Amino acid sequence: MFSKQALKAGLISLLIFLAFVGAWSLATHQKEGPAATGADAEYAALMGKGAEKSSGFPPPSKVAESFVTYLADPFYDKGPNDKGVGIQLAHSLARVGVGFLLAVAVALPLGFAIGMSPLLLQAFNPFIQILKPISPLAWMPLALYSLKDSDISGIFVIFICSLWPMLINTAFGVASVRRDWINVARTLEVGPLRKAFLVILPAAAPTILTGMRISMGIAWLVIVAAEMLVGGTGIGYFVWNEWNNLALPNVIFAVVMIGLVGMLLDQLFGVLQKLVTYRE
Amino acid sequence: MSTRFLSVEGLKKAYPGSSTPVFENIHFGIEQGEFVCIIGHSGCGKTTILNVLAGLEEASAGGVIMDGREISGPSLDRGVVFQSHALMPWMTVLGNVAFAVKSKWPDWPKVKIEAHSTRYLEMVGLGHAIHKKPAELSGGMKQRVGIARAFAIQPKMLLLDEPFGALDALTRGTIQDELLKIVQATHQTVFMITHDVDEAILLADKVILMSNGPLAKIAEIVEITMPRDRTRAEMHHDPQFYRIRNHLVDFLVNRSKDYAGSDAAVLHDAKHPPVVRPGLIAGEALDDDAPRPSRQLKQVVNQ
Repeated sequence: MFSKQALKAGLISLLIFLAFVGAWSLATHQKEGPAATGADAEYAALMGKGAEKSSGFPPPSKVAESFVTYLADPFYDKGPNDKGVGIQLAHSLARVGVGFLLAVAVALPLGFAIGMSPLLLQAFNPFIQILKPISPLAWMPLALYSLKDSDISGIFVIFICSLWPMLINTAFGVASVRRDWINVARTLEVGPLRKAFLVILPAAAPTILTGMRISMGIAWLVIVAAEMLVGGTGIGYFVWNEWNNLALPNVIFAVVMIGLVGMLLDQLFGVLQKLVTYRE
Repeated sequence: MSTRFLSVEGLKKAYPGSSTPVFENIHFGIEQGEFVCIIGHSGCGKTTILNVLAGLEEASAGGVIMDGREISGPSLDRGVVFQSHALMPWMTVLGNVAFAVKSKWPDWPKVKIEAHSTRYLEMVGLGHAIHKKPAELSGGMKQRVGIARAFAIQPKMLLLDEPFGALDALTRGTIQDELLKIVQATHQTVFMITHDVDEAILLADKVILMSNGPLAKIAEIVEITMPRDRTRAEMHHDPQFYRIRNHLVDFLVNRSKDYAGSDAAVLHDAKHPPVVRPGLIAGEALDDDAPRPSRQLKQVVNQ
């Protein structure tokens, strides 16, 4: 029953995809007709040999070509402006990873402390409420000025954007651990560390992991924009670079890769979440 | 009074913002190895009294002395079985009991902890399910794990907060039998909250009857004079059973709510609440009290 539905859904997904590619193909095909306007011709002349690349929105076939070329050799390195997509993604993932782990290192202990103490929660709340809605990219000038390193600034931006969801979820998860479990630990005279790691942490783990999943989603959204600003390496820089080259097929290819990696990251956290979720 | 294993003296609980306390001037004692049930309507503060005994809640006034020392805060000397079993769902059944055992004896090696825990789980008939998660167990089995966890730390006293309240009648009966067997074998001192009159008669040596709150009092202490080796199957053939049962039900249905204005309340001595033995008829009186003309079936014996 279920697998039958899955099969049907898969079939419909495929149809949607084919319809989309078909429509795209038709739409881009018409533009390549002989009816080039005067402006287009002038523009083509201005662009010289490059004109062939930029004649309208690329058809699916062109995009497919760039998929094939980049995926055939994802890890080549021919200087600062020409690296394989695998290398670029690895740079982005490394930044996200470091920033995210730093955020974990701060958010978990701090969230624990805030969640355990209503006093601290109230004291920290105004700061969290004000800092949370700030777009992480707004920190970029301050980060660049004070850290004086574009790479570290990128990591800082990831750190600051991953911090809030994790902090809030950890504090909430810790604060709402079932009273009964705390009472069990109290009647057993369980020490504070043992209580934190064996009772509160596992009890709050599903909520904490939800926070991490949200953080990772935001971090992956932000890294692309941050790398467009900072430049140098990374998938965001790749997109910006290919836009400057007016190589739209490559931009589309990169956009799809960003989506795929984001999906994989989310699914990874979905698996982790499943591991710590308990049934009552 | 002072020779008692546990004595509750002048206990009072008032919640902030409320002018009348839930209860005040509560005195009673529990002997070593005694099984005491407390019965009363919701809101009379039974759970609060139990939580004070457990050290989980603080009384507004008065205190509790157990084994010569005043209770302040929770302790491994008192095992608690919670109403909602309170098992940690991320641990296995064995893990839950072992967590408690390790808390009591931190220096024990893992093998010894597991053997000890397994022994207590087998005692409640769960030897086959020790590696399951609580979510895979029925309500009755979960409550058994909670009981095993409380017994496994070998507390001086066991506190049970209406442990069978959420169970169906059949399951409840089975677990009552098991609890009875274990308590008779271990001579455990137990304080238990219940709403079930039959359960109280089956298990208890004495039953504390609370009048309705606020300002709840211990109206009477009923001694269950039936022989200690009673069983659920045979109990109701004992002629005492229905006398005791009627007495308890009468109290819950009629007397508990208008206790405050009755003659009994006027004569009430909080430090020595009346002790009654409704199971005995006049001729069988244990004490030398003269039978009361008004109530042949019941004797009032002041301590």
